[in-house]
Amino acid sequence: MATVATCGGDAVGVGSAVATASKSNVTSFQRRGPRVSGTNDSGPRLVSITGTRPSVRNGQLLVSTGLPALDQLLGGGLAVGTVLLIEEDKYNIYSSLLFKYFLAEGIVNGHTLLVASANEDPANILQELPAPLLDNCKKEFDEDVYNHKTPESNIKMKIAWRYQLLPKMEQIRPVSSSRFGHYYDASKRIPQELIEASKWHGFFLPEKISPTLKVEPCSLTHGYIKLLQFIQNIIYEEGFDGSNPQKKQKNILRIGIQNLGSPLWGDDICCTENGDSGHNLTKFLYVLRGLLRTSLSACIITMPTHLIQNKAFIAHVTNLSDTVVGLESFIGSERETNPLYKDYHGLIHIRQIPRLNNLVCDESDVKDLGFKLKRKLFTIEH
Amino acid sequence: MFPELNNLLNTTPDRAEQGKLTLLCDAKTDGSFLVHHFLSFYLKANCKVCFVALIQSFSHYNIVGQKLGVNLTMARERGQLVFLEGLKSAVDVFFQAQEKPHPLQFLREASAGNLKPLFEFVRVALKPVDSGAAGWTYPVLLVDDLSVLLSLGLGAVAVLDFIHYCRATLCWELKGNVVVLVHDSGDVEDEENDILLNGLSHQSHLILRAEGLATGFCRDVHGQLRILWRRPSQSTSQRDQSLTYQYKIQDRSVSFFAKGMSPAVL
Repeated sequence: MATVATCGGDAVGVGSAVATASKSNVTSFQRRGPRVSGTNDSGPRLVSITGTRPSVRNGQLLVSTGLPALDQLLGGGLAVGTVLLIEEDKYNIYSSLLFKYFLAEGIVNGHTLLVASANEDPANILQELPAPLLDNCKKEFDEDVYNHKTPESNIKMKIAWRYQLLPKMEQIRPVSSSRFGHYYDASKRIPQELIEASKWHGFFLPEKISPTLKVEPCSLTHGYIKLLQFIQNIIYEEGFDGSNPQKKQKNILRIGIQNLGSPLWGDDICCTENGDSGHNLTKFLYVLRGLLRTSLSACIITMPTHLIQNKAFIAHVTNLSDTVVGLESFIGSERETNPLYKDYHGLIHIRQIPRLNNLVCDESDVKDLGFKLKRKLFTIEH
Repeated sequence: MFPELNNLLNTTPDRAEQGKLTLLCDAKTDGSFLVHHFLSFYLKANCKVCFVALIQSFSHYNIVGQKLGVNLTMARERGQLVFLEGLKSAVDVFFQAQEKPHPLQFLREASAGNLKPLFEFVRVALKPVDSGAAGWTYPVLLVDDLSVLLSLGLGAVAVLDFIHYCRATLCWELKGNVVVLVHDSGDVEDEENDILLNGLSHQSHLILRAEGLATGFCRDVHGQLRILWRRPSQSTSQRDQSLTYQYKIQDRSVSFFAKGMSPAVL
């Protein structure tokens, strides 16, 4: 892979990490010829969309998930038009954090957001997004983390491979970090003006469903139908599917759906053993993916799969989604006191990575990954 | 089309067998490379192909097809390929009520439906054109994949009925082929999927089973492929022939080798 080789050759020193990152950024994108795009100030040849970049492997347009560490594991980022399914950890702490990083990344890049939730008002969710960090803080952090010091101030997320002796290609740094994939301070809230400057749509289930409405029997739960219609409406009206030719600047729609499948959505898959006899959730996912494939959008869904007893159903849902990441936190489990895991807050499992436009996909070689949220630092380590 | 797989299966596009049902299944790994193989194989064999693609979009198959040497866009324009894009059609059928039955009509129904509209679509698509101008050799139906139909609420019996109808029309009447992909859930208990898989296994002439390695993930060997030739209509006096190979998927092809003989190991 061209990018890998270039990065590997360049990323020798830690202190000069930033400088080499920008250097290899230019090099790697230059190898792709006139398809250079994805950064904000690209050449006049190609209309680029902020916050996206083409994948090295198959030219697919990628957006950042908000966590550069996760981007790297997914092969550069989340492909536009796909669904990222996060299997929630038991107490929904870290999965909601990932959810918020995804949305915050959208705000920072100027993407349009669509937030859907059944238990929390989207406006409140947006208030709680983490604050983004600026570029000049990054350099100090890089020097610190390799010395294994907990940084007192600034605060990022980063991949740190424990085994420094591994071939250099595994130390791929997220290139063009200021433009694709930002770092966030989980303890601070996003500045209000950023939220107000961004464009977002909220779907709060209790508001959209009026209990007095007579519901005729149909193939999907009422909440799911409303959400699909809402998403389709936004996509159509704002021209994300290319239907509105007057739109000059193309943009990405980031959709975030929280706690899908929980009883609050009117679905009984989490409650009963043989729930979802109507296959509401799978049909919803299928139609949602159909909507995404034909528009410039990316979707993150968190699902409480630990509550679903029907394991075959989880297999169905996995097959119907593109990328599936499972989080398992150690809180309250016996692993918390296990000395092997004492530095970590949980395990992250990459369950599925899609093979888009290609026969192969970017599976990382390491499969046991632990994450930790140490004082405002989100690291994923081997 | 992977030349190595053609050698293993002992076929070429010129002299492929007709009237056969091929079952592709994958367990713990992704078997979609087999679908790409058969799609390009039959397009190169100058057959009329009806591809029911339920899981990915047209551009995905097109881009991979170009790596394998077939151009799906052109095949579709010439009429050689009839492509049903499941994801796009699902959006259409879901949001707007259709006047005439749509192949994916079951998405709108609350109770478990059947696949009659889908069969009608296939039948019309692969009907031999009387004018004889096109000159395609024989019709082929490719479905990717059937497990999606189960997850969307159809019963295993409905899917088996659909395959039965397709076989009767395509394999028996029109002397064509049918290739379907089913996911094997493995140790997860999925009764409907097991019923479907067992039912199809007994009907098929050729079973290609892609499995993940028992020892786990490996960078150089992506999985194991088991090939099983069967003769479902005859008595079982002749033993079914079976072969096992391991494979590694590369950018444009798949290389096969005997077990333990991966180039990375030797």
